[in-house]
Amino acid sequence: MTDLAVTDGGASQPIAATGASARPRYNDTLIKYFTIATLFWGVAGFSVGILIAAQMAFPHLNLEPYLTFGRLRPLHTSAVIFAFGGNALLGTSYHVVQRTCRTRLFSDKLGWFTFWGYQAFILMAGLGYVFGVTQSLEYAEPEWYADLWLAIVWVAYLINYVGTLRQRQEKHIYVANWFYMGFIVTIAILHIVNNMALPVSLTSVHSYSAWSGVQSAMIQWWYGHNAVAFFLTAGFLGMMYYFVPKQANRPIYSYRLSIIHFWSLIFIYMWAGPHHLIYTSLPDWAQTLGMTFSIMLWMPSWGGMINGMMSLSGAWHKLRDDPVLQFMIIALAFYGMATFEGPLLSIKAVNSLSHYTEWTIGHVHAGVLGWNGFITFGALYYLVPNLWKTRMYSVKLISVHLWVATIGIVLYITSMWVAGIMQGLMWRAYNEMGFLTYSFVETVQAMHIYYAIRVLGGVLYLSGALVMVYNVWKTIRMAPSVAAEAHALKSEVA
Amino acid sequence: MLEKHAKIERNSILLLILTVVAVSIGGIVEILPLFRMQMTIEKVEGVRPYTPLELAGQEIYKREGCTTCHSQQVRPLRDEQQRYGHYSLAAESMYDRPFVWGSKRTGPDLARVGGKYSDEWHVAHLKNPRDVVPESIMPTYAFLADTLVRDAKITQKVRALQKLGVPYTDEMVTEAGRDLQLQTLPDEDLAGFRARYGEKVVVRDFDGNPNRLTEMDALVAYLQKLGTDVDFTTYNPDYRIGKTEAK
Repeated sequence: MTDLAVTDGGASQPIAATGASARPRYNDTLIKYFTIATLFWGVAGFSVGILIAAQMAFPHLNLEPYLTFGRLRPLHTSAVIFAFGGNALLGTSYHVVQRTCRTRLFSDKLGWFTFWGYQAFILMAGLGYVFGVTQSLEYAEPEWYADLWLAIVWVAYLINYVGTLRQRQEKHIYVANWFYMGFIVTIAILHIVNNMALPVSLTSVHSYSAWSGVQSAMIQWWYGHNAVAFFLTAGFLGMMYYFVPKQANRPIYSYRLSIIHFWSLIFIYMWAGPHHLIYTSLPDWAQTLGMTFSIMLWMPSWGGMINGMMSLSGAWHKLRDDPVLQFMIIALAFYGMATFEGPLLSIKAVNSLSHYTEWTIGHVHAGVLGWNGFITFGALYYLVPNLWKTRMYSVKLISVHLWVATIGIVLYITSMWVAGIMQGLMWRAYNEMGFLTYSFVETVQAMHIYYAIRVLGGVLYLSGALVMVYNVWKTIRMAPSVAAEAHALKSEVA
Repeated sequence: MLEKHAKIERNSILLLILTVVAVSIGGIVEILPLFRMQMTIEKVEGVRPYTPLELAGQEIYKREGCTTCHSQQVRPLRDEQQRYGHYSLAAESMYDRPFVWGSKRTGPDLARVGGKYSDEWHVAHLKNPRDVVPESIMPTYAFLADTLVRDAKITQKVRALQKLGVPYTDEMVTEAGRDLQLQTLPDEDLAGFRARYGEKVVVRDFDGNPNRLTEMDALVAYLQKLGTDVDFTTYNPDYRIGKTEAK
């Protein structure tokens, strides 16, 4: 088993061993573009997040008609999930598939098409929100024309990815690629089904959904939850399965666990959507199925976390002074925390309290800031010196980023836990006369301080990202002069 | 297991196909029956498609992202029914394409807000929420009162919904442009409009400015309609049990 894990699972081994001279020529320029785009959209998305967080604490910051919370909230979620996360996923997947298959991309042209096509989609979607063009479906807000465009870009991505896998020089497909391919193909299915709509006319930006009412709700949350499952989980697990072993310079802990992890995760996740609709007018049988599978999900999720963390077996000392590895391990810890909290929140009794409250928002941000953000930062800190053939300008600044961002996350999620649970309890509080204790607006008032703390958490998280941008910028600027010291980061850090 | 799995991981197309199979099952089991089972949407009296003006109002509701802070789904919990009214029925949102149940209550649920406040209250509140609720954190929407309803595509919109299966008659489609205006003009001849949409439809000037049809008219008309279709004094929550449970 361990042997298999090294030869089939350890993407690092055969490539690292062959050395730079024997390496096939990879398309690294494309990956550089995706890396820069990831950082750019990250800063943009975090900034909008801070603005809308501030609008909830200080409503005068809403500027009608274009810059109101209602229009900016989708801008924030799309910018961080699809622009920041999406560019990170596309970029790292193209990097990983080339390295683990020891081949160049199937098509450079398709690669560039997916890059520019994806940025165009982001702009189309984002401008739409500010100008009021939206389907009003969470995480699927873009209207039909942007959806069609994304479908084309996405199919090109799938073709390029599978094409690269098919021309691989390795017998086995490395586990990171299972997750990346699962992410790509499932997002295509989800996107197309959820966005089935009839445009009002070909010259109209508006459309009406093919699905209505309760069916529309079920399909939306089948989509929405699996956008979390496949975009924010499976795709980023692909990232984890490559970059954690690379940075630790160890094979994946268990090949067998990888197999169980992959198949159980993708199968079970698809059933979990209805936990977003507990106690709604969705039929009870569907709610119960959703809850049951959500609880089952705890196991594959933690299986993945354990597989990643235990890959450090025999190399735990590296964690002491490698901040890049620290990013990745903290990411896995947040992943474990969020995937424990998720099943908890899907239990009907808990959900009756937590649903509609800030607790959900805190839960999501534990996942996205902690898991998705940190694993991305870790992967980028690995990639940047690798791509620009240099070492990071400052390892110390990586540590600064790590701790500033971590404190930011802690402020964010603890304030939202307190706010959410308080909100839920206040809504259902009764006085001794049998009347509701609080009017709705009293519960709004009680949130103010927590909204303010959240803004602070967000500012810290953004500050960390800005430190990273500075560090990366300096690294790229000094790249040619220290080209000879390529890969020196690893030796320095280790 | 490892040997068998090796076959899959040596064949990208096989891996792709098996992945698609694995991810399809959950959705098929949970979604398809909702279109086939009659009990998914209960049979109730009174739920009607939106009038053109309410439809325009719902479009504004979506455009402004009202769903990001307001749910439209009352759960069958004691406190919610006391705060908002009868729990939501699936039938009540069957003409929403897509649904607008929302997932967050930064502000209160709006599923049954219709008729709870006066038009004047809504207009004042939308213009500046803090004028009527000092602690509110809602954005201001004063521009709605100065923005005319753009109705150029209303006929096409109603027709698109008709094609998707919303029970609009051909007459409702052809009259959509006029009906859009009529709902704020109580002094006009409303016989046709009432025949099409029923006697319960509220016809009045909603925004306090009878000379113009503004987005404020449309949004308030939509809000005043929410949750008012079903008469819960006669609604029987369990049609299988029968008459005795009704009250």
